[in-house]
Amino acid sequence: MTPLGKRPTAAAIARRVGAGEITARRPVEEALERASAERLNAFLSLRGERALEEAELVDRRVAAGERLPLAGVPVAVKDNIAVAGVVTTCGSRLLEPYVSPFDATAIARLRDAGAVVIGKTNLDEFAMGSSTENSAFGPTLNPHDPGRVAGGSSGGSAAAVAAGLVPVGLGSETGGSVRQPAAFCGAVGVKPTYGRVSRYGLVAFGSSLDQIGTVATTVEDAARILETIAGSDPRDATTLPGRPGRLADGLDEADPASRIGWPGEFFGEGLDPDIRAACERARDRLAAAGAEIVELSLPHAPYGIAVYYVVAIAEASSNLARYDGVRYGYRAAGADELHAMYERTRAAFGAELKRRIMLGTYVLSAGYYEAFYGKGTVVRARIRGDFETAWERVDAILTPTTPTPAFPVGEKAEDPLAMYLNDVYTVSANLAGIPAVTVPFGRVRPTSERPALPIGVQLMGPARAERRLFELARFLEREAAA
Amino acid sequence: MSETKTIGGMREVLERWEPVIGLEVHVQLATASKIFCGCATRYGAPPNSQVCPVCLGYPGTLPVLNARAVELAVVAALALGCEVQPTSVFARKHYFYPDLPKGYQISQYDRPLATAGRLEIVLDDGGRKAIGITRLHLEEDAGKSLHGPDGTRVDFNRCGTPLIEIVSEPDLASPREAYLYLSTLKRNLQYLDVSDCNMEEGSLRCDANVSVRPRGTGELGTKTEVKNVNSFRYVEDALTFEILRQAEALGAGRPVVHETLLWDSVRGEARPMRSKEMSHDYRYFPEPDLEPLAVPATMVEEIRARLPETPAARAERLVKEYGLPEYDAGVLTSTRGMADYFEAVAECLGDPKTFGKVAANWVMGDVLKLANERKLEVTVGGPDGPSPLHPADVAAHIKAVAEGKISRNVAKDLIIEIPSGHMRYGEHAPRVLIQAMESLAHKIEERELVQVSDEAALEAEIEAVLAVHPDEVAAYRGGKEGLIGFFVGQVMRRTKGKANPQLVNEILRRRL
Repeated sequence: MTPLGKRPTAAAIARRVGAGEITARRPVEEALERASAERLNAFLSLRGERALEEAELVDRRVAAGERLPLAGVPVAVKDNIAVAGVVTTCGSRLLEPYVSPFDATAIARLRDAGAVVIGKTNLDEFAMGSSTENSAFGPTLNPHDPGRVAGGSSGGSAAAVAAGLVPVGLGSETGGSVRQPAAFCGAVGVKPTYGRVSRYGLVAFGSSLDQIGTVATTVEDAARILETIAGSDPRDATTLPGRPGRLADGLDEADPASRIGWPGEFFGEGLDPDIRAACERARDRLAAAGAEIVELSLPHAPYGIAVYYVVAIAEASSNLARYDGVRYGYRAAGADELHAMYERTRAAFGAELKRRIMLGTYVLSAGYYEAFYGKGTVVRARIRGDFETAWERVDAILTPTTPTPAFPVGEKAEDPLAMYLNDVYTVSANLAGIPAVTVPFGRVRPTSERPALPIGVQLMGPARAERRLFELARFLEREAAA
Repeated sequence: MSETKTIGGMREVLERWEPVIGLEVHVQLATASKIFCGCATRYGAPPNSQVCPVCLGYPGTLPVLNARAVELAVVAALALGCEVQPTSVFARKHYFYPDLPKGYQISQYDRPLATAGRLEIVLDDGGRKAIGITRLHLEEDAGKSLHGPDGTRVDFNRCGTPLIEIVSEPDLASPREAYLYLSTLKRNLQYLDVSDCNMEEGSLRCDANVSVRPRGTGELGTKTEVKNVNSFRYVEDALTFEILRQAEALGAGRPVVHETLLWDSVRGEARPMRSKEMSHDYRYFPEPDLEPLAVPATMVEEIRARLPETPAARAERLVKEYGLPEYDAGVLTSTRGMADYFEAVAECLGDPKTFGKVAANWVMGDVLKLANERKLEVTVGGPDGPSPLHPADVAAHIKAVAEGKISRNVAKDLIIEIPSGHMRYGEHAPRVLIQAMESLAHKIEERELVQVSDEAALEAEIEAVLAVHPDEVAAYRGGKEGLIGFFVGQVMRRTKGKANPQLVNEILRRRL
């Protein structure tokens, strides 16, 4: 496997296909070949012939003079995003036989722009997990060390991109599920503002938190894909009005001089010293380029994980109610009565799903609602308030993406709490609905325990400030390469 | 349960016990498409032919609110005097059932669309009573489970149909009041075109909360919920059954158990539902896929300004403007179509005080009868124009009678000859009236139907009648004055209905 950026970027492919230098069929065919040979368990299904047919259609459109910003760009799509005519398993036995009859809005927009979905990638079951170990189809392995996890829940897309199988991928976030695996695998990961990308066709987990995000080898590619899929959608009442404007052009020309927040709460106990050092280096580079570093406090951030796991599981218990074996997907055989059918069918959920459904049902129950979901909503508003206050003083906030680099497969599988703490730095952005980007910034020092695993640093910004985050991320990307 | 036993038993029971009843009414809104997707809401389509990934709850789909449903709900809320909330919130109500595709119903819970309304009902003794409306909220309907010997099949056509739920205060003190409330509600909502309120098609469904307490006490007794009271015929039966049952239990010292009962109209009894069908912990929480519903004050005022008169207000106006008896005004406002029709006829005629009553008689009589015979609605704005015929035609006949050109009986016979037309009403009302009058005049002339008002001619006819009925003449003169009608009838028959009946009457009295 050849990790990282050795292959042409999406921007390069689109340029060459658009200019008629190569056919769209070629990059798609190559990506399919690499993906069918991969050993990381990144892909759950490949579209083969259909992807090639679509590539040929792109070639005809290019020949007809259409200008396609993503002409011929092969894309990996997390298997909880609907692509018409393809199984959408969500990494679950319950949807193993389910073929979506429609395209997600994001998929339709990618196709309009000339991109070709080559396959669906692995994930924790229904996106619930931080290592892709909760997939019913086995874990996805980290391209930098196959003994380690790719992170999750968008581990398949992150690994596919980092391993150079495809230049870009779609993932989804509820609490760090794009950024954490991107950081583990050494890729750029984006969680847009809530409402920036239509959720139509994204299988719901925690609806008030869910957002489709992008993974790429470069900041520019991640921004380009987001630019394509973003914008209001009449099928999703929670999308923001309008479109985000240009996100990918001219990132190199931007001045990194800005006010950068450095929140003390994100640099406490449990943070790997190598990751802390990487953040400090990023901070110092920004300062050297003229940025003002502002130490600040996000006092409610430490409650983020607790609040996240109340809100997300409550909504999850509701969103998963529809998988009852009645209309689509898996139905357990042999039940002679309705409730037996429900019980046997839903017994096919994995252990983590059952845990979250039960906890989520509990926190919404009469008598407990106020103490849990009600209180969670209140604290969530405080977390959002902390950020609102911060934006009066800073343009972006710099933090680690994860407390540790990628951990060994199986290490946390039996310890849900340790697993949940992986998202400690990422969930705040989901709870506040703000955009965040992780960008690879150096590696840990190799020891006998671990190789030189990639480190991600995170930039968070005010709602709709994706453009500014990409400019700063691009600056760090350049500095990391230097 | 026999009716006499019910009502007899009821009277006794009501002397000791006071029923307290509140109704929860679900009304299907008259939108063309579903509340959260574009599927049609047409009734009677083949099973699962009006469904899409959204209303089937396929993975990844999201609800998008139908603005027309909100508008109709606001119309209903305003007509019921409710306060429309500037912000209301959709919530998910969870329970597992095969006809509920998402495992939850999108409804409204702690922040409904509208609150604090009232509906006035007219009691049988003519008194009026205001029934409080606690709340009115929007929600989606579930599908329909069809249980058969070979298993259960589900039709999702109805799934996602927009509903409003209207919850009354426990202000209803008898099954009769509950019936009056429900029928007034139905009439008003139909009148506003909010719903067709067709109970057979499930457009209007009713659950009742019932308790009884000893007369004169203020505390509420334990209530039960009676579900499936889905026909006007059963409302009184079901409530009577439950009141008697509770009164009997309490009278015998047994407590009433708080439970949900299902009305079985075939066996005429309400049975407790099995625990699996009973109320669950619905685990309500705000629907994250929909923004809170904002209904700006400007929209409320716009809708209020366009709000048609309520039937009650219109009846009052008809009494005042046209000098109609209250009874006539009540009949005419029983449907909006009939009231509109009456006013259209009256408008053609002008002079409301003179023609009001006669126009009312025509509409409630000839026009309604004709509509029933032709299986049409009385309306000015049907799909094929006014029905059963153009109001101008009715006005033309009324005018012809008033001007003495034809008799009332001839007019009656002539009007049923007019086919149900395809004319639009309103655009050229005066021209239509002139046309109608011309065509009628032509017909009268052609068939020689002109009313005979010539005294000499009538006297000759009358002489002929009297000559062949000497016995009746003697009887009349002996004091049987009721026979005057017989003589008039004979004269009308001889003249084929063309004689002016008033004149005949006058001459007869003089002659006899």
